[in-house]
Amino acid sequence: MRIFLIFLLFLSGCGEVWNDPYPAAERGKNILYSSFAERPKHLDPVQSYTEDEARFTQQVYEPPLQYHYLKRPYELIPLTATEVPMPRLIEGGKFTVYEIRIRPGIRYQPHPGFVAANHELSGSRIGKLGSPYELPLGTRELTADDYIYQIKRLAHPRLHSPIFGLMAEYIVGMGQYAERLKKLSSSGWLDLRQHPLKGVERVDSHTFRVTLNGSYPQFVYWLAMPFFAPVPWEAEKFFEQPGMAEKNFTLDWWPVGTGPYMLTENNPNARMVLERNPNFHGETYPSEGERGDAEAGLLADAGQPIPFVDRVVFSREKEMIPYWNKFLQGYYDISAISSDVFDQAVRVSLEGDSTVSAEMEEKGIRLTTSVATSTGYVAFNWDDPVVGGQKSGEPAERARKLRHAISIAFDVEEQISIFANGRGIAAQGPIAPGIFGYREGREGINPHVYDWTGDKPRRKSIEVARKLLAEAGYPGGRDAKSGQPLVLYLDTVARGPGDKSAFDWYRRQFEKLDLQLEIRTTDWNRFQEKIRKGTTQIFRLGWNADYPDPENFLFLLHGPQSRARSQGENAANYVNAEYDALFEKMKNMANSPERQRIIERMVEIARRDAPWVWGTHPKDYSLRHVWLANDKPNNMARNGIKYLKLDVEKRAALRREWNRPVLWPVGLIVLVLALSAIPAVVSYRRRERMAARPAG
Amino acid sequence: MLAYIVRRVLYAIPILIGVNLITFLLFFVVNTPDDMARMQLGAKRITPDAIEKWKAERGYDKPLLYNSRKSGVQKLTETIFYEKSVRLFAFDFGAAEDKRDIAHEIRMRWAPSLALAIPMLIVGLAVNISFAMFMAFFRATYLDFWGVVVCVAMMSISTLFYIIGGQYVASKLWHLVPISGYAGGLDAAKFLVLPVLIGVVGGIGSGGRWYRTLFLEEMGKDYVRTARAKGLAESAVLFRHVLKNAMIPILTGVVVVIPLLFMGSLLTESFFGIPGLGSYTIDAIQAQDFAVVRSMVFIGSVLYILGLLLTDLSYTLVDPRIRLE
Repeated sequence: MRIFLIFLLFLSGCGEVWNDPYPAAERGKNILYSSFAERPKHLDPVQSYTEDEARFTQQVYEPPLQYHYLKRPYELIPLTATEVPMPRLIEGGKFTVYEIRIRPGIRYQPHPGFVAANHELSGSRIGKLGSPYELPLGTRELTADDYIYQIKRLAHPRLHSPIFGLMAEYIVGMGQYAERLKKLSSSGWLDLRQHPLKGVERVDSHTFRVTLNGSYPQFVYWLAMPFFAPVPWEAEKFFEQPGMAEKNFTLDWWPVGTGPYMLTENNPNARMVLERNPNFHGETYPSEGERGDAEAGLLADAGQPIPFVDRVVFSREKEMIPYWNKFLQGYYDISAISSDVFDQAVRVSLEGDSTVSAEMEEKGIRLTTSVATSTGYVAFNWDDPVVGGQKSGEPAERARKLRHAISIAFDVEEQISIFANGRGIAAQGPIAPGIFGYREGREGINPHVYDWTGDKPRRKSIEVARKLLAEAGYPGGRDAKSGQPLVLYLDTVARGPGDKSAFDWYRRQFEKLDLQLEIRTTDWNRFQEKIRKGTTQIFRLGWNADYPDPENFLFLLHGPQSRARSQGENAANYVNAEYDALFEKMKNMANSPERQRIIERMVEIARRDAPWVWGTHPKDYSLRHVWLANDKPNNMARNGIKYLKLDVEKRAALRREWNRPVLWPVGLIVLVLALSAIPAVVSYRRRERMAARPAG
Repeated sequence: MLAYIVRRVLYAIPILIGVNLITFLLFFVVNTPDDMARMQLGAKRITPDAIEKWKAERGYDKPLLYNSRKSGVQKLTETIFYEKSVRLFAFDFGAAEDKRDIAHEIRMRWAPSLALAIPMLIVGLAVNISFAMFMAFFRATYLDFWGVVVCVAMMSISTLFYIIGGQYVASKLWHLVPISGYAGGLDAAKFLVLPVLIGVVGGIGSGGRWYRTLFLEEMGKDYVRTARAKGLAESAVLFRHVLKNAMIPILTGVVVVIPLLFMGSLLTESFFGIPGLGSYTIDAIQAQDFAVVRSMVFIGSVLYILGLLLTDLSYTLVDPRIRLE
């Protein structure tokens, strides 16, 4: 009991709130609190490719371009570049040149790599370091050479850049460059400055030129990703010293950039901390946005210098329950909404509009929604003899009708309603909303699956699907020739017992047509292997766009990029000669009415062939507390922390209000325990005083 | 005694080789080096060439157990199993698949694991013994009966329920402690009190019942009857004689788990955000990080063998009748 009271006194010394997970020294500071569930695998911009990692890397690294924070459709604007580079075709279109000029005067964050003496540290000195930032720090100006150095790193034999294959196709000489580096590669630091790359040239100290094979208009989008952010050679040399890797001091874990923040605490097991970069070149909050931004208060800080927040603390939260409760207690400023807590957080009206629940409203929590630039779909393997399309004439037509019948029966709207709490919209084709080529309204519907009725699309009736099925040679779900029931196979990844309801739902969609569906569940690796080998029949998959260009969706159906044949991203192995020819034409065009026409034709071909059941474009829902301003979802970039603003005083007041310790139950428990001990004490005393009983 | 210890250490070598082999086989039954490469390299835009490079760089391009293309002893040494296993015996764990140094990670994580496990063990032991003594003292009364009922009920409840329920009540409703998180030094106390309490409460059912059985067994022995016949108070009989003798199985049961405390608690660490070795192991399994999995299994095996050895040694300390030959 005494220990318990001492502990209560200890907690009461923690301040007015006892459940604050952050140190008392942080109270009242301009710190944004967020979380991460998975350890980042890579923070090196040459390798990092996931959204989770981008939350860290994009605050530190600055590629030449960025997306406008507020404008939609997404618009590229300069970040460190002076302007968005325009492609210049040379040698009759054989090559394209991008000349990128960097603003002078931009300086790197303080880093030990910029101090020459730190490049010759002894093993014992390194062994004693708790953080690289314990060493003397230096800086220097950003130059074009740093961008060139990073582009060369894409071909580094010991770094595995996921975009190397793609860039080797386009950047002149990159493939050969990688081969050359492979021969030179040893275990130490490879000074790439000594090895020129033909397609990347230095024009002057602040200008560089990238030469591409042919035309690749989408290249400019890559210039907004950390793959093309500058890396100073000094940092790489610093981290390559013997003994650094054993302390986990590597460039892969300690990013070095020019961005608004620098990563000063790197403990992926517990917390990662970004602090304001004192050398940041400065940027101002945008003064223009899309319609409705001004009304939403998103332009209130127009022209103000950013970043607003001094520090960002990311805490590791592996489980949803503690994470969600900490958000409700005010210890996280912003939160996503998982299915488990959706009903608690969101109220959906009969019209389908979402608002926060009464409980959230009472706390002043705001809801933000946006349609993600991604698509989830159910694919038919084009090489499959039953549902595939690798046939001609009547068999091809029958298979097409079978796919259409399934597409109609597969009620995507119901799926979104049941399994995603209404968070998504039914896809009408491969392109997601907000991307050039996407059509809204009547013009945008898939006429093979939907009819336009009044003001919205309506899925065709199941009778239409049955008729198509009969025409496909399977009346009543049976093979017209053999009379055998048609059994189809869906491959998917099983994540746990919770998937059962989803699998039952899938079966019911096929049962509408009296088709039997066998669901073959497996783990992610086996599933990927099946797709690679082309041994699936029907499977579920999805795609998140890299950049806001229709090419980044339409290439998922491009024949030469078949997964089974060439390990490309066309997982359905779909092939259509006309589609492929149009893709080749479309991919190199700038957005124009002509490009729109080609895209519409391509989409129509795909809709008619139906290699996918066009599934869902998910909607992202996020919640933020009343003290957080300027939050606007951006599916293309994760560098938005610099725009966020906190009302620290309001946060502190509400945290105090929401987290007052409730002590009476503790007192009650102690009292109950004490009272319940009384009979035992009485019994004990009676026993101790009891006279010996006679034997027998 | 020394000869006994040396013999046990020598026995440990084939056991560790066996454990390592089983871990290796189990891991590679469900994962291939290609799977590992894909997991590490990500799902998008990964070429077969990148996978081959990843495997070659980490030595996963060799055969698993037998290299038929080599001659002599290299048929066995030029394999993934040999190359990945042999360094473990020198406690050289190398780097995880994400290139973070495993020894460094272990050094960073053992303290939070112990900070959670040691108080949980000590407080749990004290509470369980007290509760068991209480039931033994009031044996065959309604207090004993209801004590056993409570124990059975508590044993039947999942640990997850205690965790979620504890977080809900103590953190969400009463706002007494942080719901999850961790900090070093004295600040760790406010994060540890709830998981320790939950661990202790969750262990009362099984611990209380087991210890009660041990006490009751002792209480039926002649020396207890003699003590009572001498006129000793029941409390003196229990605490001075019964407890002392019942401590032999309790102590040996505790000694065997002491080294394993180092390995942390998988579930508790995950739910409370404690960055210990338990959550490290879970992360590694989820990330298909064979380097970490095999290291943690190896350390776990070594510690378990050590625990068994300590148990044998502790027998000789608490029971003078036992000699290790």
